Amino acid sequence: MRIKARGVSKGFARGEALVSKSKISFLGDVDAKSGVVVDKNSDIYGESVANKVLVFPSGKGSTVGTYVLLQLKKNGVAPLAIINEKTEVIIAVGAIIAEIPLVDMPEVNVFEILKSGDIVTVNATEGWIEIE
Amino acid sequence: MFLTKEEEKLLESPNEGIRKCMEILVAVGEIFGAEKLIEIKSAQISGVSYSNIGEAGLEWLESLDVKVSVDAFLNPAGFDLERWREMGIEESYREKQLRIIKAFERMGVKLTLTCTPYYLVEVKKDDHLAWAESSAVVYANSIIGARTNRESGITALAAAVIGKTPYYGLHVKENRAPTVLVKIKGENFALAGLELGRVLKEGEIPLVEFSRKPSEEELKLFGAALASTSSCSMFHAAKLTPEWRDFETPKEKIEIDEAEFEKCSPDLIAIGCPHVSKQELEKIYELLKKYGKAKRNLWIFTSREIKEQCSDLVRKIEELGGKVFSDTCMVVSPASEKFSCVMVNSGKALEYLPKLRKVNATFASLEDCVRWATLED
Repeated sequence: MRIKARGVSKGFARGEALVSKSKISFLGDVDAKSGVVVDKNSDIYGESVANKVLVFPSGKGSTVGTYVLLQLKKNGVAPLAIINEKTEVIIAVGAIIAEIPLVDMPEVNVFEILKSGDIVTVNATEGWIEIE
Repeated sequence: MFLTKEEEKLLESPNEGIRKCMEILVAVGEIFGAEKLIEIKSAQISGVSYSNIGEAGLEWLESLDVKVSVDAFLNPAGFDLERWREMGIEESYREKQLRIIKAFERMGVKLTLTCTPYYLVEVKKDDHLAWAESSAVVYANSIIGARTNRESGITALAAAVIGKTPYYGLHVKENRAPTVLVKIKGENFALAGLELGRVLKEGEIPLVEFSRKPSEEELKLFGAALASTSSCSMFHAAKLTPEWRDFETPKEKIEIDEAEFEKCSPDLIAIGCPHVSKQELEKIYELLKKYGKAKRNLWIFTSREIKEQCSDLVRKIEELGGKVFSDTCMVVSPASEKFSCVMVNSGKALEYLPKLRKVNATFASLEDCVRWATLED
């Protein structure tokens, strides 16, 4: 099923989804060395974002979070792609400089049809996602 | 968002840095529903400190092959570029920080290393800017009547390279209207600014009635404090600021008192958050003449340019025991961490010293700060 979305940070990726219903602050909530979510209030606490298609509503917190996305990329533990309900500046800018494909505002509510472990393709250059 | 043909071409630029900068502006514009990009007069870039941006940020900046196309200023760094040894800065930290500064210099960014660029260049009412330092943003919007959103370091850099910023938020006149009337009860406006920031709701713009007429420096300290405890980037002051009359007076009214603070006996007295003006340097000198030589550490922070313009005054302050540093401040420099209690006349520094430098902070007026510095331990 192909779903239209808004391409924010260009690129293409295919991989396993990691779905969170919590907002994420990359500064503080995610360990930059391992990519593991360390925020105890998160519903994906203890999981690693490394090489996953990370699906979450939006970002929050300090703008330094932008650089954490860059650090994750440098350490080889960045998400393959990001799907947001509605993105915000910290995540969007971080994804652009770290070259992580990012789409938001998918035409259907992905939280209803997508669960962790599903295989997803993200084409942020053309603006769509596909769930297998 | 509407893009001109020239702007669209930049999205396909063979230069990856330019392409990324343009992608950033478009993404931000889309997120905030901007209709277009507008030209800016200047940019002010934050995110200079190695402790914030880390190795990845440093390498990214070094990889960019771009030049800024408008005046671009740099926020303070972690130490005085000339007197770093006196501040007890380690060589390894200094080396990383210098690489960051060099990367910005290569892009054509002016190494002002100050949070008060408005003392260095003329900024006019209605000028569009892309400034990142929160205290400079609130000063430009409120006291000058220029227009800027609170940028991040990277969005300010992208705007500097392209020479444009998305047209949304405080760039649009109607979004600058006050939403709440605020009566200030206390005498110290830096403390009142801290308290107001804690009370304001997201997106609110206050129209402020002060208990007496504040000086321009007091307005600066008020705004800096306000922006440190909130995302507020603009205030109006009745009868004082350039746009206070342009809108209807809000119906909702609140009263604000001074914020409370912890007391401790200072081993460092630090003035200059935001960086001091010529007038503040003069005032400090007058106070030192009045109370005598400083016996405790008295550190004063200003921009290198103001320091050079006032070299005679600086020499006289240093003869009376003060130290005048530039390129940095007590909030961003690890040098503050060696002290047990820092006394400040800045609400912003009072808020950030414990959070960012993990050091106790206490508050006094400028006059009391200088007086404390002259006391024996």
